Amino acid sequence: MNLTARDLGLFALMGVVLAMVGMFQSWQLAITILNMSLISAIMALGVNMQWGYAGLFNVGIMGFTAVGGLAVVLVAQPPVPEAWAAGGLGILLGLMLGVATILAAVAVYKRMSPGKLRALAIFAVLVIGYLVTGYVFGPAKNAVQAVNPASEGYLGGAGLPVILAWPVGAVFAAGVAWLVGKVSLGLRSDYLAIATLGISEIVIAVLKHERWLARGVNNVTGIDRPVARPVDLQPQAWVQSLAESLGWGVGQTASVLSGLGYAGLFLIVLALLIWLAERALNSPWGRMMRAIRDNEISARAMGKNVTRRHLNIFVLGSAVCGLAGAMMVSMDGQLTPGSYEPLRFTFLVWVMVIVGGSGNNWGAVLGAFVIWFLWVQVEPAGRWFMELVTSGMADGSGLKQHLLASAAYMRLLTMGVALLLMLRFAPRGLIPER
Amino acid sequence: MEPLNALVSVTNFMLIPALAYGSQLALGALGITLIYSILRFAHFAHGDTMALGTAAVIGGTFFLQAQGVSIHPLPTALLALPFGMVVLIGYLLITDRLVYRYYRKVKAKPMIFVMASLGVMFVTNGITRLFMGVGETRFEDGERFIFSVRDFRDVTGLAEGMALRSSQAITILTALIVMVVLFWFLNRTRSGKSMRAYSDNEDLALLSGINPERVVIITWVITGMLLVTAGTLYGLDKGFRPFNYFQLLLPMFAAAILGGLGSPVGAIVGAYIVAFAEMGITYAWRRVFTYLMPEGLEPESMMQLLPVDYKFAVTFAILVIVLLFRPTGIFKGKVL
Repeated sequence: MNLTARDLGLFALMGVVLAMVGMFQSWQLAITILNMSLISAIMALGVNMQWGYAGLFNVGIMGFTAVGGLAVVLVAQPPVPEAWAAGGLGILLGLMLGVATILAAVAVYKRMSPGKLRALAIFAVLVIGYLVTGYVFGPAKNAVQAVNPASEGYLGGAGLPVILAWPVGAVFAAGVAWLVGKVSLGLRSDYLAIATLGISEIVIAVLKHERWLARGVNNVTGIDRPVARPVDLQPQAWVQSLAESLGWGVGQTASVLSGLGYAGLFLIVLALLIWLAERALNSPWGRMMRAIRDNEISARAMGKNVTRRHLNIFVLGSAVCGLAGAMMVSMDGQLTPGSYEPLRFTFLVWVMVIVGGSGNNWGAVLGAFVIWFLWVQVEPAGRWFMELVTSGMADGSGLKQHLLASAAYMRLLTMGVALLLMLRFAPRGLIPER
Repeated sequence: MEPLNALVSVTNFMLIPALAYGSQLALGALGITLIYSILRFAHFAHGDTMALGTAAVIGGTFFLQAQGVSIHPLPTALLALPFGMVVLIGYLLITDRLVYRYYRKVKAKPMIFVMASLGVMFVTNGITRLFMGVGETRFEDGERFIFSVRDFRDVTGLAEGMALRSSQAITILTALIVMVVLFWFLNRTRSGKSMRAYSDNEDLALLSGINPERVVIITWVITGMLLVTAGTLYGLDKGFRPFNYFQLLLPMFAAAILGGLGSPVGAIVGAYIVAFAEMGITYAWRRVFTYLMPEGLEPESMMQLLPVDYKFAVTFAILVIVLLFRPTGIFKGKVL
């Protein structure tokens, strides 16, 4: 925990700002910002592991968080017995056949000697595998999706406690990351960037269109929450008496309490992760990672297997992103594949890491708080700014309306400018690497 | 068995759209490959820059339409192209001056450039949306069809129809002209030769008196022209939505990598491969096979390998195959 007085001051300042939001705007808003900041901080930690420790450029954060979110549905939702009876086995068998096809193709590739015959054999394996898989999978999928489509139409989950979904989300994301990393690491550094960009779009496409999995764009709502909902808190006697002594409405008190519950859980996870990350960074392993980042060639000369180490850290960092994604979905209580946008889930996290200070875990956390705060507050500020600009114009003029309507896009502009300015004038960030 | 109808159907629904889409991708991928070989980084702001240039063209088009200017059978947007180019080239040169030049001076790592281009992407995205919003804007005018399904049926008497939309024909033609001019420029002019020399061996190029800043400026100018052309053609064909342009990033990169980064011919070939693969794999082949199979053996399913929503998966699969088996691409691009 090597924080200087200046770093602590920055965190304290952030706390004061949040408290001011609570006092002048509303405590609900302050808690919402706090919770999303904590989740973003975990995402930023994951990205910082990849970029700050190892110099890996991952632009598929959105995909890894979405996979984590999927884990919440698969773990916590109750299973749908009718759907399982209708086509559960067929879907499982189909998935296994798909995997078997790919494995068979790989086996053919490895066993046979290069040549036209091998290419032909691989092609044949893939075509036959595709046809068989489709024959088993297609009807099962349709049968599942036909089961009570208005509210179900999917297989459901395992019906386990929702907290379990968090580590499972991390494992899911790690699995996807392993596949991507295996393919694209060890080549040019920006190939990883393009590969991750692709996989994140595909993950979202799968979530949107495979309705048997998580209802696709129909969304899964009402997922179990790890913390009591405000509605359940309101009738409690102690909540009502607390509200009275604070002089707040009961509804407000309940939602603040519920939010604080989440904040407590998130803080525990974040503290644990930071502790682990700091330990790792200052261990021989962490020094090795930084040595690889700073000079790959000499690290290689020292006998370090750079590609393998990169794969390790890429999987680890993505797992942390998946964990954050699972936490976010369990906070919202719903999985909405349509809401995953790369600008919000991938590039904003990058701004957090760069602004906070890449290579420093505390920096990533602070960056997440600062940027999320700005992200939430820039929109009203932008509207205010636009109202100021347009105050001289006649009411109802087309230009005025257009300017007011486009205030929302000011935040993209602001984030981009913040990123560019930091990169140029303070590339080491708010809390630099030591 | 009606092979002629099958051929017409496949041309109408797959070959022509894929050819148009491939031409649009090719122009974009050429820009990526040029920036890659001269400035030596993966330009992530490519899609959004394309959107900004197209937005400028749309602005010009609306202005011209309001003035009553038109070149009737052709879309007015073509007349507004030069205006869009000037705007976008200005924008690119300003960003280069404000952002990238500093990193060139301090010889920053390629990843820092990529990061900076991410920042530029955000800003560009914001500017485009300030002007255009997020919805779809259509700016196609002029004659919609060169020949429509009905014309074709009347002339040939076939059951299956075929249409050629003017935006598609213009796309394919323009792309062809642009490519020819670009290759002439790269191979025959002094500036083009200095660009190739600089991309080939920077030190040697500097030694022989080539001004690197001039090469960089020329690269941005060409990229700007390519982007505006590609973006306008894409917009004429499919309508303008900023997010779609961002999503073009993946197929454009896939095309450039597939062809071999740094190789202009490769970018073009790669773009057509990506386009045809995307269309071919997500196309429902049922109609074609209905014509081809003997009576009574018509297929019952859609004969579609993957749903259209997974066209990114196709691009991605191509990318993975290239990375696994031939990371330098078809035309042995540079591994900088």
